[in-house]
Amino acid sequence: MTANEVRSTIMNGLPCDHVEVLGDDGQHFEAVIVSPQFAGKNKVQQHQLVYLTLGERMRAEIHALSMRTFTPEGWTQSAMK
Amino acid sequence: MSVQEKIRKQVTENSVVLYMKGTPQSPQCGFSGATVQILHACGVENFAAVDVLADPEIRDGIKSYANWPTIPQLYIKGEFVGGSDIIREVFQQGELQKLLQTAQA
Repeated sequence: MTANEVRSTIMNGLPCDHVEVLGDDGQHFEAVIVSPQFAGKNKVQQHQLVYLTLGERMRAEIHALSMRTFTPEGWTQSAMK
Repeated sequence: MSVQEKIRKQVTENSVVLYMKGTPQSPQCGFSGATVQILHACGVENFAAVDVLADPEIRDGIKSYANWPTIPQLYIKGEFVGGSDIIREVFQQGELQKLLQTAQA
């Protein structure tokens, strides 16, 4: 799986304002994901929402997806730091 | 006993449980190794470590247990805390240390 495929799979399954995915070995990826769906959820629930979009591919093809998740508000604040 | 019951037993009978690849002395994955380092940095030496590579049933079952598809997974007092990223984050915020203190009290 390429970083671009990971990115489009996440975007198809979850309304996102912003998604960046890095990683070029097909198994290890790093992602920054900004979605209004994360509001009111803890980090575990936020990461679970992303894992859900990847489904079986997360178990079978991807070894690790390192994530930083933000709500749109949190993202704006972190950009201003 | 089903694998889900077995996992429930492991996480409730031990106050701190880490599901990892390899052992704390010899981790087989960088993410698992980093998590062991964090627990050590919190002063926790005695935790239950479950090597998922040694038990395919647990390796598969643990992914359904907390609805979490990756290893490592940390449980404190039966509660799923998170995977590698979240563990690092709560450690940096000082929250992990507090959780671990309540577990050992």
